[in-house]
Amino acid sequence: MDVSFDRTADDTLIIRIEGNWNIAKGLASTEEFEKRLGTKPLPARIAFDASELGHWDSSLLAFLSKVTAYCGSKSIEVVRQGLPQGVTRLLELASAVPEKKDARKERHRPPFLSRVGEAVLGLGKSIDEILAFTGEVGISFCKFIRGKARFRGSDLALLIQECGAQALPIVSLISLLVGLILAFVGAVQLKLFGAQIYVADLVGIAMAREMGAMMTAIVMAGRTGAAFAAQLGTMEVNEEIDALKTLGISPMDFLVMPRMLALILMLPLLCLYSNLMGILGGGIVGIGMLGISPINYFHETKAALTLMQFVPGLIKAVVFGVIVALSGCLRGMQCKRSASAVGEAATSAVVTAIVAIIVSDALLTVVFDRIGI
Amino acid sequence: MDSFHEQETCIEVRDLTMAYGSFVIQHDLNFTVNRGDIFIIMGGSGCGKSTLLRNMVGLQAPARGKVLYSGESFWDAGPEDKKQIMRRFGILYQSGALWSSMTLAENVALPLSEYTSLSHAEIKELVSLKLSLVGLAGFEEFYPSEISGGMCKRAGIARAMALDPDMLFFDEPSAGLDPISARRLDELILELRDSLGTTVIVVTHELASIFAIGNNSVFLDAETRTMAASGNPRKLLEESRDPKIRKFLTRGES
Repeated sequence: MDVSFDRTADDTLIIRIEGNWNIAKGLASTEEFEKRLGTKPLPARIAFDASELGHWDSSLLAFLSKVTAYCGSKSIEVVRQGLPQGVTRLLELASAVPEKKDARKERHRPPFLSRVGEAVLGLGKSIDEILAFTGEVGISFCKFIRGKARFRGSDLALLIQECGAQALPIVSLISLLVGLILAFVGAVQLKLFGAQIYVADLVGIAMAREMGAMMTAIVMAGRTGAAFAAQLGTMEVNEEIDALKTLGISPMDFLVMPRMLALILMLPLLCLYSNLMGILGGGIVGIGMLGISPINYFHETKAALTLMQFVPGLIKAVVFGVIVALSGCLRGMQCKRSASAVGEAATSAVVTAIVAIIVSDALLTVVFDRIGI
Repeated sequence: MDSFHEQETCIEVRDLTMAYGSFVIQHDLNFTVNRGDIFIIMGGSGCGKSTLLRNMVGLQAPARGKVLYSGESFWDAGPEDKKQIMRRFGILYQSGALWSSMTLAENVALPLSEYTSLSHAEIKELVSLKLSLVGLAGFEEFYPSEISGGMCKRAGIARAMALDPDMLFFDEPSAGLDPISARRLDELILELRDSLGTTVIVVTHELASIFAIGNNSVFLDAETRTMAASGNPRKLLEESRDPKIRKFLTRGES
């Protein structure tokens, strides 16, 4: 990878290229060459002597491109005859399509106020999109009630299996642990008053009214909501959704509706299951650590949990089901056409769902308090 | 790279059988690719052309048989040797397979930064050179989603050529391209072979491309599930008496 220079009497600077050129060894610098040219007067032309050249690759091409570009800027003629034929052809190929100047992107950062404005407008637009999507889902739901929504029963069955039975292990684990934690926290306080037995009431009511629905919904947002967004996003990338639209099949009916139905049906059932697991978790602490007898714990729980205690939890579970399905499907349908967009859709689905779950939970708790259930 | 050796064996496929589980796709394939060849893997849809390519480039292990690179068996080599062999080839996937979260420049730069110790500025220089070789000078900052399918293919070639490989594998290079872009791509492949001496292996069923660039080929038959012929595609057209091959090479006209 050696370069030497020789100036002839006829005002030509000969560049001698020798040895093996390999990109693994780095690129040759044109500094020496530019220094040579710096000594006035400039040569009329540049020629090459490659008689001692061994193996070569892109590193030689990169060097020659730079030399050629530099000579171009100084209006010096470049004679390529001394170069191997392959090199000449590749250099010609590289300059065959001129650089598309207007293709270069100008990157500039807009001013702060402009960015704030854009963000606010973006927020408004995203609220618009959420409302429009919810409206479309509503229309689809009405069509479903009238028996006019077209989707495959087998899809619905598969989705029910995915968001129901297959979610049981993770819901069991989380709920059992939440029950344990509630019992622990309660026990520490209640012990001060010698009222350990009320751990059963605390865990039972907290699970039935609040934690069962919320924990199940959060698990489902991470598990199923993200999966919905990724599935629909990939379908968008593969133009599968376009294919449905051009066939006159509404993606809302065909894809969104079965997902909504599956979650609306399954989330309340999972919530009931979660309540049971949570109470079991509380029981483990109550019976195992606080010394309450199993019969006492059971009776205390039974006395605390009237059927009405389950109503707020179940209503919340239905609402959360709608939220998780809506946010998963919304973000999936909004997905742009790239692999990274699918990832963003899944993330955004989970974030949207969890925020909406917490906000709606707060609102519902206030409403239930007001109407006394 | 500067010298062009005729008849030097570059890749040898020996008794290769490909299968998905117990389903045999092709069996007992035997052929040789010489250095500097433009070797066409052809055959009807579903005959296993792309699977053969996957077997050759190390994405899928054959059920039986060997793929030898300069005499060294790829599937018997250890992980480091495999990596060394893989470093010698570049692949253009059917859809271009550019990484969508990276710009064209970043796509081409990744193999260079992984396998060489070049500085950032040097990599940038090489990336510009590679992109200008495929006619994409000035598109460095574009994302794959912002350019056309033909441009994605060309950028894919620039990425495949990033490390100056001895061998280039092309999976259906002209699929989805207009005739002019497809022809330009053929010319580019020829130019790369002629100037760099690169061995090119092309999976295609585009007859125009097959005759324009191929100097050696293998024909895979979907029915018998093995190779029906090999050799120069033009000679196969003139000399082969196998009705299947004649039908394929004449678009069913004879």
